[in-house]
Amino acid sequence: MSQALNSEKPETILSVRNLRKFFGINRAAARKMLQEGAGKSDILKRTGVTVAIDDVSFDVERGKIFALIGLSGSGKSTVVRCVNMLQRPTSGQILFEGRDIVHMDKKELYELRRSKISMVFQSFGLMSHRDVMGNVAYGLDVRGIGKGDRERKAMEMIELVGLEGWAHKPIGDLSGGMKQRVGIARALCNDPDLLLMDEPFSALDPLARRDMQFELLSIQKKLGKTIVFITHDINEAFKMGDTVGIMRDGRIEQLGAPTELALSPANDYVKEFLGSIDKTKVLSVRHIMITPSCLIREQADPVTAIREMRVNDVSTAYVIGRKMEFIGILALNAALQARHDNLPSVASVITRDVPNVEQNVLIGDIIGLASETPFPLAVLDDRGRLEGIVSRAAILSCLL
Amino acid sequence: MNEWILKFPQSLTINPGELVDNVIRQFSRNHRASLSVIKNTTVWMLSGIENLLGMVPWWLLILLTAWAGYKVSRKWKVGGLYGAMLFLVGSFGLWALMLETLSIVIVSVALALALGFPLGVLVAMNRHVETVMQPVMDFMQTIPSFVYLIPAAMLFSVGKTPAVMATLIYSVVPMIRLTSHGIRHVEKEVVEAGIAFGSTRLQLLFNVQVPQALPTIMTGVNQTIMMAMGMVVTCALIGANGLGMEILVATNRTEMGRALMPGISIVFIAIILDRLTQGSLARKPLGEDRREAL
Repeated sequence: MSQALNSEKPETILSVRNLRKFFGINRAAARKMLQEGAGKSDILKRTGVTVAIDDVSFDVERGKIFALIGLSGSGKSTVVRCVNMLQRPTSGQILFEGRDIVHMDKKELYELRRSKISMVFQSFGLMSHRDVMGNVAYGLDVRGIGKGDRERKAMEMIELVGLEGWAHKPIGDLSGGMKQRVGIARALCNDPDLLLMDEPFSALDPLARRDMQFELLSIQKKLGKTIVFITHDINEAFKMGDTVGIMRDGRIEQLGAPTELALSPANDYVKEFLGSIDKTKVLSVRHIMITPSCLIREQADPVTAIREMRVNDVSTAYVIGRKMEFIGILALNAALQARHDNLPSVASVITRDVPNVEQNVLIGDIIGLASETPFPLAVLDDRGRLEGIVSRAAILSCLL
Repeated sequence: MNEWILKFPQSLTINPGELVDNVIRQFSRNHRASLSVIKNTTVWMLSGIENLLGMVPWWLLILLTAWAGYKVSRKWKVGGLYGAMLFLVGSFGLWALMLETLSIVIVSVALALALGFPLGVLVAMNRHVETVMQPVMDFMQTIPSFVYLIPAAMLFSVGKTPAVMATLIYSVVPMIRLTSHGIRHVEKEVVEAGIAFGSTRLQLLFNVQVPQALPTIMTGVNQTIMMAMGMVVTCALIGANGLGMEILVATNRTEMGRALMPGISIVFIAIILDRLTQGSLARKPLGEDRREAL
């Protein structure tokens, strides 16, 4: 749907190619062992080199959220630290807007960090010797922007994250959630093109975390920033990410949209990893709807309708008009009554006010509706045509 | 034969001491000009501080100490106690000697901080400097403090200048150590944040690392003052006038009573200096007062 609106081809803002990062002295030997297909624990034992990232490639589109997920030690944080060169990659390319940042000189790198890429940290990384304002304005400060200008811009960001009135409070006075708001405001203050977020909500309590996820999504919608989002919480990754990459042992196991991963996990590891997700928040109606077995035209006479229903062994049938538009539902006993009354067509006994849903609605959002409706829900397209039905059994199977 | 097994043989002993003496003498002869510059500067600083202290009326100094005591502890009792201690030193008849001791301490500490802070930063930033400085600092801290007196006296003869030099060398080590320790142990993500927002190396140092390390660095300042306080007494042995000299004279004459008053005075001054510097840094991490402190 969104692609139909966005006729422009999506633009790749960040492209990571064959990224590798080894920690240790004897990296050449480690590379050789890796090429010979040795396992990571063997390499560590023989050469003392830790293979943190092993051949990772992915693209991030402008304005989208790319979520990278994995257990601790899977290399996800190292990947994000390579993107702004907090860690220097051992090999590979990191193309930001088409330029390889691995080979940038110092000046270009400062420039990149000051105006293009900024970062939000897991334990906030705030400077306790500066107040909220001082922290938010830090990026502008090192750029040499005058006090008036930078404080005006910082105040804007402080208000954006909902910290009005806290600008001159010391960091120590803030709660965890508020600290991370400061972290986000600081990252946005440079007006960067790319936001790196390294497990930004992991240190928060569950309630604050949900708040912040919502807040970040709405900020992202407002500003249209591109985000690389690291997390170890699969539900968070699926909630935030337009694309999700699952990492294990320094490799990306699978890359795709949340629904793609949920519907066709590439291997057992991914399947197990996805075991804990709430499918109703990932899958939409489209993924579980089926074609109704018994369709009846509005003008059909009762005898035909009853025969049709008997053949298909159902007690309710979906009634459609000439152009496949959905009319309502015909119950078997209503059809029997119509035959008894010798009505020319079933049109007058159709239940017309039937609840219906659209394809792209998340399953989680229709559970209530489905439980109140005695028959399967009708799925309609935007012109009111019947596309399929969703049975309660199908919805229940998603909850398991 | 027996001799060889039980006693260290005479023929295997060496005497590098003479060599060291010669080197220092040679050095002193060859660098007379630069040594005299150092000496003149030190003397100039010492007399400046002494004059400055001399201009402050005794009661004002006592009041200032009491007020500072109140400021760091928020208790009038504590302030009053510090004031009373200082008053007692005066009533022992040791006010002038105390000022002399204090001026040596102030000059040595000022020099130790000016030298120790940049060295500490260098040690924190550069692995090679660290590798060199680590054993040197261990060496400097374990050598008995008396030993510093001799080269100081050889290079600057007797008086307050060699006292300042010996005190400086003895007390600079904790400043270097704690500065580098503080900088190195700034929270990792805070440093990363500094880098991630495009700080240059110097910006990172002065905007992030040093301010974050300040509590540790202040502990270094406190330690330096305390060590200088201890050393300055020993420096009486090379003719530095002050409270230490009074103790030295009394000790030589085995006059216990006479040694007691300056001894107590030194303890009082040390307590006051320690509490005032420690108190001013203990309050900082709590937040509210932090901004003014910086």
